[in-house]
Amino acid sequence: MSVRRLAKQQPDSFTFNAKSEKEIAFWLGKYPEARKASAVIPLLWIVQKQEGWVSEPALRVVAERLEMPYIRVYEVVTFYTMFNLAPVGEHLIQVCGTTPCMLRGSEALIKVCKSRIGEAGEISGDGKFTWVEVECMGACANGPMFQLANKDGDHYVEDLDAAKFEQILDDLAAGKDIKYGPQSERNASEPHGTKVLTDPALYDGSRAKKIKLPNTGKAEAKS
Amino acid sequence: MSEDLRKIIIDGQEIEVPTSYTLLQAAETAGREIPRFCYHERLSVAGNCRMCLVELVGAPKPAASCAMQVKDMRGGPNGEPPAMNTLSPMVKKAREGVMEFLLINHPLDCPICDQGGECDLQDQSIAYGRTGSRFPENKRAVEDKYMGPIVATEMTRCIQCTRCVRFVTEIAGVPEIGMIGRGEDAEITTYLEKSITSELSGNVIDLCPVGALTSKPYAFNARPWELEKTETIDVMDAVGSNIRVDARGPAVLRILPRVHEGVNEEWISDKTRYAWEGLGRQRLDKPYVREAGKLRAIAWPEALKIAAGKLSGDASKIGAIAGDLCSVEEMKAAKDLFDALGVVSYDCRQDGSKLNSGNRQDYLFNTTIAGIEEADAILIIGANPRTEATMINARIRKTWLNNDTQVGLIGAPVDLTYPYEHVGTSAADLAGLKKKRSGFIKTLKDAKRPMIILGSAALAGADGEQVLRAAGELAAAVGAVSADWNGFNVLHTAASRVGGLDLGFVPGTGGHDVAGLQSASMDTIVLMGADELDMASFGKAFVIYIGSHGDAGAHRADLILPGAAWTEQDGIFVNTEGRVQLASRAVFPKGDAKENWAIFRALSEHLGKTLPYDNLAQLRRQLFASHAVFAGIDYAPGSDDAAEFDVAKIGAAGDVADSDFGVAVTNFYFTNPIVRASKTLAECSAIAAGPAQAAAE
Repeated sequence: MSVRRLAKQQPDSFTFNAKSEKEIAFWLGKYPEARKASAVIPLLWIVQKQEGWVSEPALRVVAERLEMPYIRVYEVVTFYTMFNLAPVGEHLIQVCGTTPCMLRGSEALIKVCKSRIGEAGEISGDGKFTWVEVECMGACANGPMFQLANKDGDHYVEDLDAAKFEQILDDLAAGKDIKYGPQSERNASEPHGTKVLTDPALYDGSRAKKIKLPNTGKAEAKS
Repeated sequence: MSEDLRKIIIDGQEIEVPTSYTLLQAAETAGREIPRFCYHERLSVAGNCRMCLVELVGAPKPAASCAMQVKDMRGGPNGEPPAMNTLSPMVKKAREGVMEFLLINHPLDCPICDQGGECDLQDQSIAYGRTGSRFPENKRAVEDKYMGPIVATEMTRCIQCTRCVRFVTEIAGVPEIGMIGRGEDAEITTYLEKSITSELSGNVIDLCPVGALTSKPYAFNARPWELEKTETIDVMDAVGSNIRVDARGPAVLRILPRVHEGVNEEWISDKTRYAWEGLGRQRLDKPYVREAGKLRAIAWPEALKIAAGKLSGDASKIGAIAGDLCSVEEMKAAKDLFDALGVVSYDCRQDGSKLNSGNRQDYLFNTTIAGIEEADAILIIGANPRTEATMINARIRKTWLNNDTQVGLIGAPVDLTYPYEHVGTSAADLAGLKKKRSGFIKTLKDAKRPMIILGSAALAGADGEQVLRAAGELAAAVGAVSADWNGFNVLHTAASRVGGLDLGFVPGTGGHDVAGLQSASMDTIVLMGADELDMASFGKAFVIYIGSHGDAGAHRADLILPGAAWTEQDGIFVNTEGRVQLASRAVFPKGDAKENWAIFRALSEHLGKTLPYDNLAQLRRQLFASHAVFAGIDYAPGSDDAAEFDVAKIGAAGDVADSDFGVAVTNFYFTNPIVRASKTLAECSAIAAGPAQAAAE
């Protein structure tokens, strides 16, 4: 987390397209007229899906649509890191950097990001990529992973290592479709390999190592 | 409606309190002091500073006393009343912990902070905090934000209490401040750092419990303990807000609000707050006489001799106009002198409103300001209370927020900070309203306590008396006046007006009123701080200006007699409710300037008509003897005489014009010579004009 500010360069105006208008009608239908400010997060999300980020004119359009003060929308949009306050590349790569993924090698992914794309939040030279580090996305069993956000929606790409990640970036840069989900041979988050509960070594104690409890010898000698 | 009471135990002491009380209120009832930062009794409860933690007996964790109600407390297992502790070791530890967290990111810059000496955080860290800090990490720093010419920011000091956010949203009604970001990066700002557009914005300075929001014009001027504090009354509008004037030596350095539940609660407008800046600029400190178009400084005896020479002329060719800031004593001395001279053309209604001195309830704000809170329908006629009486507008907004009160407006459509039904724009709309059956007239008729507020713009036209009658008839038709409720209100814009009308400072038989004085060719005109007039209209008359500031009147004047500003003399002012209030002297008049009543006393001696009082106490004694109403200090009559309300005696019958009502206050920040000399208010005025121009394009 760091201080979030609106981008310095802003477009002159913003209008919702027809597809967004349809979604807005759906969301506004959920709330009573007097409480339509409740739809502020869905509307901001619709803006982001349409433009890739939330600009200042868009923020005002949302406020006017929901009849709320600009500052209230500004508060919401700066609170949630999910909203991009500056333009992003065609593919937004949100690398999970929380402990389980970090233990499984997310730092290697971040290294690749830095060398191939640049600093976090920046758009790569070809305009294709932006990467950011995010907190846990709940795919701990499949770490390390990232979420890919682009015009096709939001998808998890899991069970990565630096080589696979580089390959995926190459494919994306070349405009190829990539496989979502685990990049290993396994399905979803099933256990790796075949050592499921059928292996007696898991329960007969043969895999257990003898351990020495700390301080036991000394404590006995003293008493 | 009697409230449910509940017996609770606070620190072993049994007390009975209403169940709707919060624990904090209950503790205060029991005489316990609970520290707080975010809680403020006039704002909504936020519960985010955690400083008010108390121990609930039986509960595992301390509770925020500002956000928990007595009715939610749980009693003991054997039916004992619920108990809380505010002095236990657990509470002490909790407060120390909260204070330590608050101070983690708060800079230790008290020596260079303007809040130093009157800072809640400073006081409470001494009373409730630990001695040292255990936080070796770096403190956070926050970029300062621009909030306009009034509020200076030092956002590193902010403790995120959100009082300012709640104030501008709830009380001021301009939701422009918010908290962006989150966690350690949370910041208070206006939208894109624009200037706050509220005329109440200065109050966030008083609300801020730390030095994050301080007063820009007062920055680094003084420490609170160096200042001499004088409790007095504001004269920037006819509300008579209670204020405290802080001065050091001869200079007034700041103005702060005082609590008066009946008038301004604890807020004041920005105009009131920064009028002090004008007290040091453009001052008249010597008598001047105009010779061949140029002003020459002279001594008092010579000045008084010239004035006496002019005033001893033909009495029918002499006129006087009392300005907006005159105290009752000044007008009393002037009136006594003019009566002795046989002068009949004097007037206190500088704005030209057609109100007659006489029956008091015909020109007062009879509902009283506190009474607004009981109203369920309000019709505002030809007034913009937001600029003409800011504190009354805040009270109407409060009523609208709490009571679902309906508001209607006849006049120019303006932003009042609350929604209203725009009923019409002209006097004809007002006259036509009582013939209608549906719309706002029905709202007024259905209301139990309807209010009609008549602004001075509506009364200033040629048909002012007819408008007054039409409004009176409407009030009678909708039942706005009954034995215990008087919903007929006149909203004045000048501090001197009601006092002048009470005193009878209006033209005698055959005398000219303000408009008459401007059109008739007079020999001598006395302007008592009257500057908001077309000075060219006085033609060749010899103009004697008695006042404190070099404004329009002094530029036209042939003779200037320097007077005291309202902070420099004791004086009685009557607010729009008819509440008589005492203003006190905070500093002495500038240079050779004299107290205004004393100028008339001195003049009277030169004219051989010596006034029968030598000091202010004697003057007041005579004033109270002739006008008993001035002796009732801080009393607002309200509906005292409502039973005698008689429409036939108000105004005059006749048709009203079909033209739109004018605007009484075109520039909120520039209504009198004192505020016109203030640099900060000039900046505010320029900023206020900016967006309006942009909107017009």
